[in-house]
Amino acid sequence: MTAKVSYESVEVGTELPAQSFPVTRATLVQYAGASGDFNPIHWNEKFAREVGLPDVIAHGMFTMAEAIRVVTDWAGDPGAVVDYGVRFTKPVVVPNDDKGALIEVSAKVGAKLEDNLVRVDLVAMCDGKKVLGLSRAVVRLA
Amino acid sequence: MALDQSFVGRTYPPTPAYEVGREKIREFAEAVGDAHPAYVDVEAARALGHPDVIAPPTFVFSITHRAAGEVVQDPQLGLDYSRVVHGDQKFSYVRPVRAGDRLTVTSTIESIKSLAGNDVLDIRGDVRDEAGELVVTALTKLVARAAEEA
Repeated sequence: MTAKVSYESVEVGTELPAQSFPVTRATLVQYAGASGDFNPIHWNEKFAREVGLPDVIAHGMFTMAEAIRVVTDWAGDPGAVVDYGVRFTKPVVVPNDDKGALIEVSAKVGAKLEDNLVRVDLVAMCDGKKVLGLSRAVVRLA
Repeated sequence: MALDQSFVGRTYPPTPAYEVGREKIREFAEAVGDAHPAYVDVEAARALGHPDVIAPPTFVFSITHRAAGEVVQDPQLGLDYSRVVHGDQKFSYVRPVRAGDRLTVTSTIESIKSLAGNDVLDIRGDVRDEAGELVVTALTKLVARAAEEA
């Protein structure tokens, strides 16, 4: 486990480089196959509307997977993540057009803990709404 | 109707071993668009101190989700799975999942609550390797929305 960021170099409030992640229907089909989660609300518009959703929505776990990339790209070693948790607050609606949706993730160091650990607080937005709440990761830095 | 509180603390038998393959990790990393070399290049993973390619942090959910599914579909528990949504997800990692791991999941019902007519179920999945060592603990909160009155 070899994070490329040193514990000494960060302080509470240090911002991680923000990233945006596009998601289209094709992305969701690919994620369904790779993850084994074939719930039709993630690819079948007719089904999604029948259960009261505005349209097909992204897998919450897909959004969770994208958000942590802001942390793993920053830390340098994905194995440096010690804890990661989110609350799924709003669905990411993915329209069937050329653009799809955009998940925008920002993050900052929320606390410095013992043993070179830091807590990173994440914010994931889509269409101006927060899609992940209480989104936090604990990472071991060098 | 509220779920039976006597299910709190119940532990289900470990799942059959899931063998983590390099190509499956590659497929997952591609699906989330993550080009980190530690997911696909053994040398890059070793340079970071890992014995083989590692999986992205949320990869393990595909294994724990299946295990949790067996709990929520336990006919004795009586949860209406068609009304279940994923509320929260947490992972605590002892080490990253890596290619060659043979992982089993032991699921435990941590709590059952009733909130505004919704059933809220916390399931803990302890993921262990072939040696029996804990690799990841997954905490999954599922919310079964209250049925509409007829």
